[in-house]
Amino acid sequence: MAATRTLCKSLVGALTAILLAGCDTVVMSPSGDVAAQQADLIVWSTILMLIIIVPVIVLTLLFAWRYRESNQSATYKPDWDHSTTLELVIWAAPLAIIIALGALTWVSTHKLDPYRPLDRVDAGKPVPEGMEPLIVEVVAMDWKWLFFYPEQGIATVNELAAPLDRPIKFKITATTMMNSFYIPALAGQIYAMGGMETQLHAVINEAGNYEGFSANYSGAGFNQMRFAFLGMEDGDFESWVQRVKEEGESLSQPRYKQLEQPSIDDPVQFFSNVAPGLYDAILNRCVDPGQICMKDMMMSHHGHGGHEGQEGHESQENQAESDSPAQHEEHARHGEK
Amino acid sequence: MGGATATANGKLEFTVPGEYHVPNGTLLGFWIYLMSDCLIFAALFATYGVLSMNFAGGPSGGDLFDLKLVALNTAFLLFSSITYGFAVLQMQANKLRGTQFWLLVTGIFGAAFLAVELYEFYHLIHIGAGPQRSGFLSAFFALVGTHGLHVTFGTIWLVTLLFQLNRHGLSGANRRRVYCLSMFWHFLDVVWIGVFTYVYLMGSLV
Amino acid sequence: MTEQLDITKLIFGRLTWESIPYHDPIIIGTFALVAIGGIALVVTLTRYKVWGYLWREWFTSIDHKRIGVMYMILGIIMLLRGFADAIMMRLQQAMAFGENLGYLPPDHYDQIFTAHGVIMIFFVAMPFVVGLMNYIVPLQIGARDVAFPFLNNFSFWMTASGAVLVMVSLFVGEFAKSGWLAYPPLTGILQSPGVGVDYYIWALQIAGVGTLLSGVNFTVTIIKMRAPGMSMMKMPVFTWTALCTNILIVAAFPVLTAVLVLLSLDRYLDMHFFTNDAGGNAMMYINLIWIWGHPEVYILILPIFGVFSEIVATYSGKRLFGYSSMVYATVVITVLSYLVWLHHFFTMGSGATVNSFFGITTMIISIPTGAKIFNWLFTMYRGRIKFDVPMLWTVGFMVTFVIGGMTGVLLAVPPADFVLHNSLFLIAHFHNVIIGGVVFGVFAAIAYWYPKVTGYKLDPFWGKASFWCWLIGFYLAFMPLYLLGLMGVTRRMSHFEDASLQIWFQIALVGAILIGAGIICFLIQLYVSYKNRESLRDETGDPWNGRTLEWSTSSPPPQYNFAFTPRVHDNDAWWQMKQHGYEHPKEGFVPIHMPKNTAAGIVISGFATVIGFALIWHMWLVAGLSFAGMLAAIIIHTFNYKRDYYIPVEEVVEVESKRTEVLA
Repeated sequence: MAATRTLCKSLVGALTAILLAGCDTVVMSPSGDVAAQQADLIVWSTILMLIIIVPVIVLTLLFAWRYRESNQSATYKPDWDHSTTLELVIWAAPLAIIIALGALTWVSTHKLDPYRPLDRVDAGKPVPEGMEPLIVEVVAMDWKWLFFYPEQGIATVNELAAPLDRPIKFKITATTMMNSFYIPALAGQIYAMGGMETQLHAVINEAGNYEGFSANYSGAGFNQMRFAFLGMEDGDFESWVQRVKEEGESLSQPRYKQLEQPSIDDPVQFFSNVAPGLYDAILNRCVDPGQICMKDMMMSHHGHGGHEGQEGHESQENQAESDSPAQHEEHARHGEK
Repeated sequence: MGGATATANGKLEFTVPGEYHVPNGTLLGFWIYLMSDCLIFAALFATYGVLSMNFAGGPSGGDLFDLKLVALNTAFLLFSSITYGFAVLQMQANKLRGTQFWLLVTGIFGAAFLAVELYEFYHLIHIGAGPQRSGFLSAFFALVGTHGLHVTFGTIWLVTLLFQLNRHGLSGANRRRVYCLSMFWHFLDVVWIGVFTYVYLMGSLV
Repeated sequence: MTEQLDITKLIFGRLTWESIPYHDPIIIGTFALVAIGGIALVVTLTRYKVWGYLWREWFTSIDHKRIGVMYMILGIIMLLRGFADAIMMRLQQAMAFGENLGYLPPDHYDQIFTAHGVIMIFFVAMPFVVGLMNYIVPLQIGARDVAFPFLNNFSFWMTASGAVLVMVSLFVGEFAKSGWLAYPPLTGILQSPGVGVDYYIWALQIAGVGTLLSGVNFTVTIIKMRAPGMSMMKMPVFTWTALCTNILIVAAFPVLTAVLVLLSLDRYLDMHFFTNDAGGNAMMYINLIWIWGHPEVYILILPIFGVFSEIVATYSGKRLFGYSSMVYATVVITVLSYLVWLHHFFTMGSGATVNSFFGITTMIISIPTGAKIFNWLFTMYRGRIKFDVPMLWTVGFMVTFVIGGMTGVLLAVPPADFVLHNSLFLIAHFHNVIIGGVVFGVFAAIAYWYPKVTGYKLDPFWGKASFWCWLIGFYLAFMPLYLLGLMGVTRRMSHFEDASLQIWFQIALVGAILIGAGIICFLIQLYVSYKNRESLRDETGDPWNGRTLEWSTSSPPPQYNFAFTPRVHDNDAWWQMKQHGYEHPKEGFVPIHMPKNTAAGIVISGFATVIGFALIWHMWLVAGLSFAGMLAAIIIHTFNYKRDYYIPVEEVVEVESKRTEVLA
């Protein structure tokens, strides 16, 4: 039994150590407001559950100790197998916790829905009137990341930058493999899938050089499918854009086809002069001349125009309607080729 | 008797004297198997539901389905279910030859169904609407083809059963087998009604 | 000339000498070891002339007890393979930092983590769980065998056949480099043209058929073959959980079969179910595979809940607290396990409403699970607990499993999942519930029922050593992974840049080594117990003062389990019989009706293995011929009407009088 007690002590010790070490990690103390809210959610959910978990662990060890065979002084009731009061408690206690946690889940899932445009850039700081989100179109390729900045007319490979405290709207797709777009310091991840578009809204609050990567195994080059995410002051971001424009080569259709070849551990690359509608063509799998775009393929046969990317994403469609007029123009600009 | 004494003495009895016969579970087992098979079809139906509009620029159901042919096919299968019913009635009347006769008729209807289906598949592949053409056609061939494969195996089973009836007559084991195949056959009929409605009728509207 | 080439192609498909990975010293080394071990085994068996005995008494046996033991042996063998994969991964991740690329090329590492997952779930956990149900359920319900004894043998050999294919992939060709659920488009023919994914498909497809049939078999067995008097609410809890598990098997495995067929059609016939182009939809695969996959985890854990329920009542010397709430909890979990599959991919971008629905249904499962934990707790309360090895595992389980449950509920909160999904936190979570739940439960069950199977107890010293190694090893190996997950470290990485992470991977490696020590202690325990079997012998058949019917018969039980079918009045049937001073029957025996052994199961499964192998390598001729062979074997088997016989009464009398002598 001494062993059980030692086990108990070492368990508590280990858990405390891990909890302490856990607080200091990128997931628990991130630099973007969305990720910060997600971290808070983890803390609150854990606390809620510990209300049940701690007593269970303590009681298990306590009962194991108290009712051991050698302790003949403890009560022994071999036929006691029912107690309505206890039954009620053991069903009601977890139920109460789950009701609380369920409510928390419902609210937080809607509030932190990646498709939902942000309404604040930091705790107590709403999005300033008239500030439009920075749009970044993300393509997960084999095995590198391509980022389009339609507003700035540039594109980069394996390096992503964003100004502080300005909402970012990511539109995410992939060429072949399914990947997951994840910058732990910024916000939670979302899958990148071929022929489909997912979205993520996030904001970065502290300047720094953060890690981004694919969190979903995608084959041979998965390990190196990482990129730098730079959170920058406005001025620094402007000069970064300038640098990309100056140093970048032009991203024409043939250059893109070259880029599309599978490769591993690619260096950072800059592109200016991006072929118009390239992201849209990638999304609709019609980069090669003569290919019919997926959205047109579906439209031609039946009226209701929902292309692949929209399937199972009701929220996405809903949000498309709530998009600001500027974004609609954005769509329009990409539509014409 | 060993063990506990009889209940007459006011004591509990803890064993069953003599031989205890366990109820036969074959029909229940076969029924449960059919339910699992039903789930395979459910998965295929769901897949078809998801992919049924993914024509990839290729033909749709409206372009392809020949409803007259399908009606003929449906008639074959529905009649085969009725004739199977006759076979079971004959078996219940202990008529071996009658059972075999109606089973044979059922088998012929089944084979006719398969022949029409094979013709349909051949035709579709011939005009370039094979399963490789689009997600819709892949799902169509998988669903209808799986049903067809079931009918094929049902027919093989039916032929086997005819031989077994010949050899062992309407024994208990054979009766069970006739009932099992009967459930299988009617089950395929029900699935076909789903296929007919959901794939062919609704598909030709697109 | 070309015609000849074509024939070679028809026979050998794409299999060439190049398919054998000579260049990889690790594989060739393993192969040499396996080959030497295999040859030694074959030579020994031949020398002691046991082949005939094995064939007659085991391979062709339809006795549920023998089949149960064969499942357990398969599970133990595959555990060694799966654990070897685990330790290789741990070693690689502890080494491969910065300049050091580790000792495994990514190509090999990717196969290892795939094989580890597939083997541990399909060929370790499943055989263990099915093996336990096989051995225990008929005994607990007072039956002489299962409803379909031949099918039971066939199911086992189909599972074994899948395991054989996975093992063959190690030495001929390669295994999938896709992760254990083989998500397309990565597993599509364009992205994975090799044989790896085909090995995956056919191994699981064949084993899956076995599991499905075994699910049908046990469902019918439990519904139809219970001893008279055993109403549903008088069934032992393990039997209840087994019933729910088998219903889950019947309702989940067909979906796996279907989805693997669709993936094969994509790969073999260029169809477009899950392709990026031509109207395929990979999201559908992910949905379908998890519609099977989530019930699968409950298929594994439910019977283990049953095991703990039996153990905690037996060693507390007390009736199980809250029997009916235990039963209802099991049934609720069974139903709910179908409504949660989407929580495995909240990050796919479904709407917030869909995500929160699946998140909340997932959390609801923790209510009945919590009730179960409390029921075990209150079974211990006011009991008189004997800390034999099974009870140690049980306490270890209760403490460990609730932590895994907590992190599981945490992952069910969608926004939290967005930051933890696919990270090592997730890995830590499911190992926490699978090791802390299923594996601990299997070892507890082995220690608990071993004397029933063999007639002697397991040596407690090595059992305790194994338990402590596993328990401490588990915490050392997986607590660091929780932490690494919070550091944003994702799964399936073969190399890292950030040197500050290395210490945690090294601690995890130490934990894995300790777990390895636990496995070795277990094997030593088996050996030591066999050596000392005379001193560990249990003559009573009831070494732990058990409560359910399996303890009422001898250890090992006679072939027919019970000379007289028991009559049941209470859910602790055997406990009640003992309370009423039940005595072993001495007369009135009658001949016993039993099923006959048959080779059909192993033969048909043998054909299935060849078909699988031939299809993997595109050997169309071989595949066609063996398919014809299999069909013929099945049809021939259906012409066998003489499947049973009577054990003569003299034999029954002889066996039973021996038992009476022993008990006297």
